[in-house]
Amino acid sequence: MQIIKSDINIDFIGKHKIGFVLSTILILLSIGSLIINKGPNYGVDFVGGTLIQLKFSEQVPVGKIRSALSDIGFNDASVQNFGQPQDHEFLVRTSNLEMTSKGLSQSVIEAVKASTGVAPEIRRVEMVGPQVGQDLRKKALLAIFYSLLFITIYISGRFELKWMLSGVTAGSLMTAVYFLSVFNVSMVVLITAALVVTLVLFWMLHLKYAMGAIVALLHDVLITVGIFSMLNLDFSLPIIAALLTIIGYSLNDTIIVFDRIRENVKGAKTTESLPLLFNRSINETLSRTILTSVTTLIVLLALYFLGGEIIHNFAFAMIIGVLIGTYSSIFVASPIVLATNKR
Amino acid sequence: MKPFTFKTVFILCVVLAAVVCLLPTFLDCWPHKKINLGLDLQGGMHLVLEVQNIKAVEAEVERTIQEIKKELRSEGVKHIGVSRLNDNSILAKFQGSEDKSSIENVLSKSFDNLIIQKPQKENNNISYKLALPEKDIENIKKMATEQALETIRNRIDEFGVSEPDIRIQGGNRILLQLPGIKDPERAKGLIGKTAQLTFQLVDDEADVDLAINGTPPVGDEILYQHKINSNSGTSTKIPFLIKKRVLLDGSLLTNARVEFDQFQQPLVGIEFNRKGARIFDRITGENIHKRLAIVLDKSVYSAPVIQDRIAGGKATITGSFTLNEAKDLAIALRAGSLPAPVKIIEERTVGPTLGADSIRMGLISMLVGGLLVVLFMSIYYKGAGLIADLALIINIVLIGGGLAAFQATLTLPGIAGIILTIGMAVDANVIIFERIREELRSGKTALASVHAGFDRATLTILDANVTTFIAALVLYQFGTGPIKGFAVTLCLGIIASLFTALVLSKNIFDFILKNKQSSKLSI
Repeated sequence: MQIIKSDINIDFIGKHKIGFVLSTILILLSIGSLIINKGPNYGVDFVGGTLIQLKFSEQVPVGKIRSALSDIGFNDASVQNFGQPQDHEFLVRTSNLEMTSKGLSQSVIEAVKASTGVAPEIRRVEMVGPQVGQDLRKKALLAIFYSLLFITIYISGRFELKWMLSGVTAGSLMTAVYFLSVFNVSMVVLITAALVVTLVLFWMLHLKYAMGAIVALLHDVLITVGIFSMLNLDFSLPIIAALLTIIGYSLNDTIIVFDRIRENVKGAKTTESLPLLFNRSINETLSRTILTSVTTLIVLLALYFLGGEIIHNFAFAMIIGVLIGTYSSIFVASPIVLATNKR
Repeated sequence: MKPFTFKTVFILCVVLAAVVCLLPTFLDCWPHKKINLGLDLQGGMHLVLEVQNIKAVEAEVERTIQEIKKELRSEGVKHIGVSRLNDNSILAKFQGSEDKSSIENVLSKSFDNLIIQKPQKENNNISYKLALPEKDIENIKKMATEQALETIRNRIDEFGVSEPDIRIQGGNRILLQLPGIKDPERAKGLIGKTAQLTFQLVDDEADVDLAINGTPPVGDEILYQHKINSNSGTSTKIPFLIKKRVLLDGSLLTNARVEFDQFQQPLVGIEFNRKGARIFDRITGENIHKRLAIVLDKSVYSAPVIQDRIAGGKATITGSFTLNEAKDLAIALRAGSLPAPVKIIEERTVGPTLGADSIRMGLISMLVGGLLVVLFMSIYYKGAGLIADLALIINIVLIGGGLAAFQATLTLPGIAGIILTIGMAVDANVIIFERIREELRSGKTALASVHAGFDRATLTILDANVTTFIAALVLYQFGTGPIKGFAVTLCLGIIASLFTALVLSKNIFDFILKNKQSSKLSI
């Protein structure tokens, strides 16, 4: 069986403007949403607060739970359904931290029981202090940044044989970020500035494959985070894990294309122009690009629909990441390499 | 052809080793370790405590102040006051008429470890500023954290948690992981209790009401007793005027245990060591008919009148205890007090039913996802797809064996990592198979195509997986508990999939093609 014919010949390079327009729109939407909402909808991991998962044995109105929580001091608590309606589970979230050390669970159970007549089961409690939340936020951003740089060093080394140049460049950037993070600079601003500097340096140093890789990765991560912001989904630690996995995994497809480009460059006929060569490489690897994504999407969809509510957002992030990553491997990475190569 | 080569034997050994490591998790067949479940799968509590080290420094400064006062008194030097400033330095004030050389002689002779600044003149007074060296302060903080760790460990051991994980994290944080705990609230109360026990005299000569509305007399402080009316359940606060001087504290205890009075009310019996007994004997002998307050964490528990000198070094603490409260207090006193208060800055508690549900849903989605991938590969790649499916199954066995062998912790995100690996593992096979197809289309024989396919795809596959591996390593370094579990399974998955795709699948292809003597390839 073959879904994609071996002689397929789609003009990806010629149509790269379409891809650029689509990507630009998605990126602008993402950035716009992030700016309007002041970042993604951070979970308690990053801003601190308390999260309580309650399970009831029967139907219970949300309003009664909310009023019960208000009675014991959780005036700002949000209560929402969690998982399937027939599970009768709720997720309570509040920025209150003080109650935790003084019998939080017991008082919640008693207050809710008094209000609804049903004693809930405490399935999960998460309390994160503001300092811890801040630390986790910082670590998350650093992890993404370091991951991007390590991977681009590897890409540049493997495909351009410029280990030293890319290593020194990335190493300098990491060192600078590390030292600057000691001062009270906003981590978001710092990482953003560092990424801009990274792109400029790669451009000036003609690290074209590193350039293609990092642009595609930033594109993938930014759009994924943007979609989370637009849909107002909970942004927690597992989402960072998903983003990092997307960073590692979406390059999988990009590397397949880069590898073929390298092979075709070596065996190239002198009459074939670079755009045509790139285009042929993308077409030749299209089947494996699509198929590797399909197999991963199969398990991610199983995880999304069957894996339980806690893992739900993680699976969703992965699904978006794989889809956007596949798209960027074809329409973003190689055209960027080509553009970088032209100057 | 020989059916077995060195490679084949190697593969069989690896698979067998993985099976040997994996089986104890499901059967009680031989003494080997099982896969560790994280807190989010078996239920339990994860806490991060911050030791308020600065309090230990403050306590040390206060102790130093008392010693300075004592030394000045014994040397006949009069002072207006010696007090602690906000930055934990010490300010000593003297009248201008006092002899400077005497003052400086006492300070430098007995407190040479302190940094002494030039005296300041103010009106008619002289004041000296002293400070602990920075090195000493850092040492006090470090010792406070380590002692807090030991104290908490002792308390947890008495509480009865199986396999607790307690360790210092960063500078002044303590990480606790308590698997399978059934009463998280009690454990938190026990852990957070400073349990600073002191015996101090009640100042009966001063007026309590006057002190409450104004300033307590010098050397006194106001503490409260909290009483619960057993009938109505209401709580009342009774103020006491307590002399600040600590006559005896909990560091000299040898034992504390739950006892019952004649009304079967729980109370805590305490017993002093030899030195403590001697001190207790002396202070009760010197203060007959006065009231001695038993103070715990700045709360008065009882203040009985001393009727007689008390020999034997035993006392009891009464105070409206529930049985569990008495038990926890006894545990805390036996384990020793915390050198500084601790504050819970992170808590994650998972109930056991949620953990079980998570495992069940994880396994279901793993099964469904795996079956779908197996089906897809079989349909799309036919015979070669079956080989990839076999490789996939062995891949999962290898991951499980790796988790057990390295005693890594499996978490809910870790299960997600395994599921993700199921999809990613066959990617290597897809890359190889597509390459083989290309070689076949270019006119090569089946055997030659297989060899060329594997050879040329190997570097691509390595390159592709290294980037994911890099991301997983970064994740492991920066992640916390459950996320670390995800990184572990992702790393194991990548290694296993490389092995099964590049070594196992190739070996199976070789075996089939060479034995069949067939020129046709099912792909």
